[in-house]
Amino acid sequence: MAMVNSAATISPEAIGSAVPLVEVHDLRKTYQLGETEVHALRGVSVSISSGDFVAIMGASGSGKSTFMNILGCLDKPTSGRYLLEGTDVSVLSKRDLARIRNQKIGFVFQGFNLLGRTTALENTELPMLYSRIHKNDRERRAREALAQVGLGDRADHFPSQMSGGQQQRVAIARALVNQPRILLADEPTGNLDSRTSVEVMEIFQKLNADGLTIVLVTHEPDIAQFSKREIVFRDGQIRRDDVVEVPHVASEVLKTMPTIKD
Amino acid sequence: MDLSSAFVLALRALARNKMRSSLTMLGLIIGVGAVIAVIGIGQGAATKAQEQLAAMGSNMLFVGSGSVNRYGLHVGSFQTKTLVLADARALVRECPSVAAAAPGTGTGQQVVYGNENWATQITGTEPRYFEVRNWPFATGTSFSEDDVTQSATVAVLGDTVRKYLFGSRDPIGETIRIGTLPFKVVGVLTPKGTSAGSNQDQDDVIIVPLTTVQKKLLGQEWLRWIMVSAVSRRASYVAQQQIESLLRDRHKIRSGDPDDFVVRNMADMADAAAEQGTVMTVLLTIVASIALLVGGIGIMNIMLVSVTERTREIGVRLAVGATEEDVRLQFLIEALVLGLIGGTIGVIFGVASSLAVAQGLGWPIKIPPYAIALSTLFAITIALFFGFYPAKRASQLNPIEALRYE
Repeated sequence: MAMVNSAATISPEAIGSAVPLVEVHDLRKTYQLGETEVHALRGVSVSISSGDFVAIMGASGSGKSTFMNILGCLDKPTSGRYLLEGTDVSVLSKRDLARIRNQKIGFVFQGFNLLGRTTALENTELPMLYSRIHKNDRERRAREALAQVGLGDRADHFPSQMSGGQQQRVAIARALVNQPRILLADEPTGNLDSRTSVEVMEIFQKLNADGLTIVLVTHEPDIAQFSKREIVFRDGQIRRDDVVEVPHVASEVLKTMPTIKD
Repeated sequence: MDLSSAFVLALRALARNKMRSSLTMLGLIIGVGAVIAVIGIGQGAATKAQEQLAAMGSNMLFVGSGSVNRYGLHVGSFQTKTLVLADARALVRECPSVAAAAPGTGTGQQVVYGNENWATQITGTEPRYFEVRNWPFATGTSFSEDDVTQSATVAVLGDTVRKYLFGSRDPIGETIRIGTLPFKVVGVLTPKGTSAGSNQDQDDVIIVPLTTVQKKLLGQEWLRWIMVSAVSRRASYVAQQQIESLLRDRHKIRSGDPDDFVVRNMADMADAAAEQGTVMTVLLTIVASIALLVGGIGIMNIMLVSVTERTREIGVRLAVGATEEDVRLQFLIEALVLGLIGGTIGVIFGVASSLAVAQGLGWPIKIPPYAIALSTLFAITIALFFGFYPAKRASQLNPIEALRYE
């Protein structure tokens, strides 16, 4: 997989001025809904560098979900270019896209999307089933990922035995287990109460501090305040792209919040 | 995804829904079980029929006194009085293809020994009957030619009669009462089992000298039948013609008039029995195969439901990097595992039900290994065939829609 290997695609003159992790040029997506054409994205250009923490906001129908799906290699743009670590992924085959999702991208969803009647450990192992990781390594890495999100002692619990916050942390562990380049979170706090939401943001801030790039979709302005950069979508275009001057620090905010029993 | 992980995954998925998985397999279990039971019982019955006919002697012919209808051996009602001892002697003397002939007659009687009593068939014949029928003695000996001449009251017991009257005791030398007459037991025959074709117990019989039955039990001079052995199996067809023409001649039947006797050829009966067995096996196998096919459709049905129900799971798998091939493989292997387990349980079920039939009805069973291999293979093939479409459908789900599926 030389073509998705960042080291091989960085040109000599680019050394020093790091290639952005994500670079999107004039991205357009048009759906055919019966007779009418729906323009979900109307020319989006943005670049996200490694180590960034981006919150994407916007009303429903603004194109933010479509943008995330393309970013996550779950969907292809109608036109435009999407470079992930310098590689144009908009021309790759389905199989190559699956491989990129597996190796470079971690997903966290609003509804957790854990497999039922499957332990936290097995849920976390899931992405490794589709990569060439030896069986013996899978469990060790899954346990490490669970420890990273503070669930080291819940490995054998089933989703039904866990709170929403714990389930979302298992989902984060699952997203981390293949050491992705970018974590995509689609309204990860949408189903959580406010304290648990901040706890999840605390994990995200910690992961980001360790160097992980995070793109997060939310429509809660409070949540966006934990990121470093806020992009607002409207009518399929980027309306605003601002740096968050003083991001909230989740661990500090938690101290001011009443403790709720899990 | 490697195959061993895929198998573990499939087993887990099936174990998560035990009730549904077993219901899915039920069709295959019944199908495979039915195929094996049918083939086992059918083959066993055919083998047994042939063994019995061979034991009887495939070179044997049966000459019965005439019946008005001529359906066959066992329904032949022995109505004419024209078949006599002299005919039996003449068959041996004048038909070159006839090796031996044992004349006989019979009557049903109540038999008593001590406190035990039993209703059975009394056959009167000559000592050579045991040779013609190739029927060895378990203990004791046959009665003699002298016994026949003197209408002696001596008896040879079939195994069933011995069991009921004597149990574990030794019957030789004991006296039993047939009707009102006392008889001395001189021999016991080895068990022969039920006869081919009909379900008659051949061991439920007492054999005594011919003249004893004729004079002391029936008061009839004529014969009911003559057992004839041809010089060889090939010769039995010629012997049949010779017997027919000789008897027509001796009974002065004009050409065009029907025979007043029937001749049955065991070689014919063996062939008929074998053919009947084959036809039955083929028919039942077709029925059982249809059951298997229906089982396969059941698999497809349930798997389609399962794919719909697990849409979100499929979406998650696709999102974390499963390829279409991975998802297709997962569902195909689930179908394969269903086929394997269903087939295996079906084999056990088939063998067990064959054994139960064998025990209950006293039928022999013979399950050829190819039947087990073929029906299991068939079950797996069907599972894969009907599992393919649901698996393909699962693999072609759009991950975005699958993830949003409620």
